[in-house]
Amino acid sequence: MYRVAGILSPLLAGACVLSLLIGLYLGLVVAPADYEQGDSYRIIFIHVPAAWMSMFVYMVMAISSAVFLIWRLKIADVVAVASAPIGAAFTAVALLTGSFWGKPMWGTWWIWDARLTSELVLLFLYLGYIALRGAMETQQGAARAAAILAVVGVVNIPIIHFSVEWWNTLHQPASITKFDKPSMHISMLRPLLIMVFAFQTLYFFNLMVRVRTLILEREARSSWVAALAGERTNG
Amino acid sequence: MDSVAVFFHMGGYAFFVWTSYALTAVLLMGIVLWSSFQFRKSQQQSFKRALQHQARRQK
Amino acid sequence: MSDSSHPPRTDISLSRVFWRVYRRDLTLAMRSVGQWLNTLFFFVIVVSLFPLGIGPGPQTLATIAPGIIWVSALLSMMLSLDSLFAHDFNDGTLEQLVISGQPLSVIVIAKVLAHWSTGGLPLVLLSPLLALVMQMPSSAYGVLVISLAIGTLSLSFIGAIGAALIVSVNQGGVLLSLLVLPLTVPVLIFGSGAVSSSSMGLPISTQISVLAAVLALAVSLAPLAIAAALRVGVSVGR
Repeated sequence: MYRVAGILSPLLAGACVLSLLIGLYLGLVVAPADYEQGDSYRIIFIHVPAAWMSMFVYMVMAISSAVFLIWRLKIADVVAVASAPIGAAFTAVALLTGSFWGKPMWGTWWIWDARLTSELVLLFLYLGYIALRGAMETQQGAARAAAILAVVGVVNIPIIHFSVEWWNTLHQPASITKFDKPSMHISMLRPLLIMVFAFQTLYFFNLMVRVRTLILEREARSSWVAALAGERTNG
Repeated sequence: MDSVAVFFHMGGYAFFVWTSYALTAVLLMGIVLWSSFQFRKSQQQSFKRALQHQARRQK
Repeated sequence: MSDSSHPPRTDISLSRVFWRVYRRDLTLAMRSVGQWLNTLFFFVIVVSLFPLGIGPGPQTLATIAPGIIWVSALLSMMLSLDSLFAHDFNDGTLEQLVISGQPLSVIVIAKVLAHWSTGGLPLVLLSPLLALVMQMPSSAYGVLVISLAIGTLSLSFIGAIGAALIVSVNQGGVLLSLLVLPLTVPVLIFGSGAVSSSSMGLPISTQISVLAAVLALAVSLAPLAIAAALRVGVSVGR
């Protein structure tokens, strides 16, 4: 697993850099300005992928936590731990860019919009996971407790999302519906999708690096690490 | 030259667009660099420990 | 504690297990009156601080009253949740319960219900008084009590997951809030939403049904998570 991650990570890094460059070029230079929002909509090319990834990473975390709880697969726990900070970073990016998009569009830094609020709750869930992980003293206990929390969180996310949506429609009737764009021009959609791909590969690349770190830390006393060390110094 | 200036001007939204791109870059680059730094550190440490262990056994 | 003198029996029926744990926890809570009175005082004090911070205007107070009472109830529940499993964990009772051979989720339900009876029910009963102080229209009192009754019970179940997760952690109070508060968002939204709507004279059946649905979900799923978390806590030890 350690070796597989080692082979995959440069490939992913390459794909990430390449798609980032293409996506940014298409998004910032080629794509035309939006007729309603001018150039400010260009934040979408990082905001939407980040928001999307924040949920995707949580799903990865929850699924690997469930796998860990059911089959006691250690690598699943490693994936979940390694994912948490990356997911939190994506969530923070989505919140910050949402705020910087909201300022010119809605005239305010923060709006209690359904999506922003859900995203905020998601950030709290990530922080709770990381905090629980840090508070438990033994590795084994921390792993299982945090896994339970991740699974509980994933059951709650749809309920939270639904309730926030309901709450929002009650309090702010149709103030932001112009953001529900039914269709997007291909020149905007293409860079968006490329950026989504770039963020995906960024996540997986970073995940590989973090997974390798964690495996090394946990298996520091095993024979294969010693063999690897010997290999590295001799060759 | 002109087109470059227009590009950076972002139709008057330069501050918002570039700040959010910069923040994103800082956060994501931050986590990537932090992760690889940690990886280097733990690699060095565990290899060093493994080699020491080996040396002790050979003696 | 009185139960520990009995010889261990494994053929005991589930309802007996349930009632014994429930009565035991209730008796213990009744003996330390200070514990649950503190929760109640905390609730009253937090609510009464808001008019001091915001101003005594009856109109303003009436508008924000549902939210304030609900948030205060939520915080008070968090306060009392901290000790839900902590004492039993420290004196080894929890370990005994885990290895007793009885279904842990039944024991857990009994413990959570006992917690609610001392930590949640008093808040519910006291809430009309606070509603009065907060200038809420009297027509909304009934809904306030009903929504709090359903909501605090769900909060007990949801919060108990957090309390079980941190049972082996020293000084986990703040951590508990960090873990649990995000999960309580739906209860808060629909609970205070119901009260707001009813003080404006709007129908409330949606909110109450969603609250009830959340409760049903919490009662059916949370005990599994709590039991799993307690097993982890006990196996780790302190």
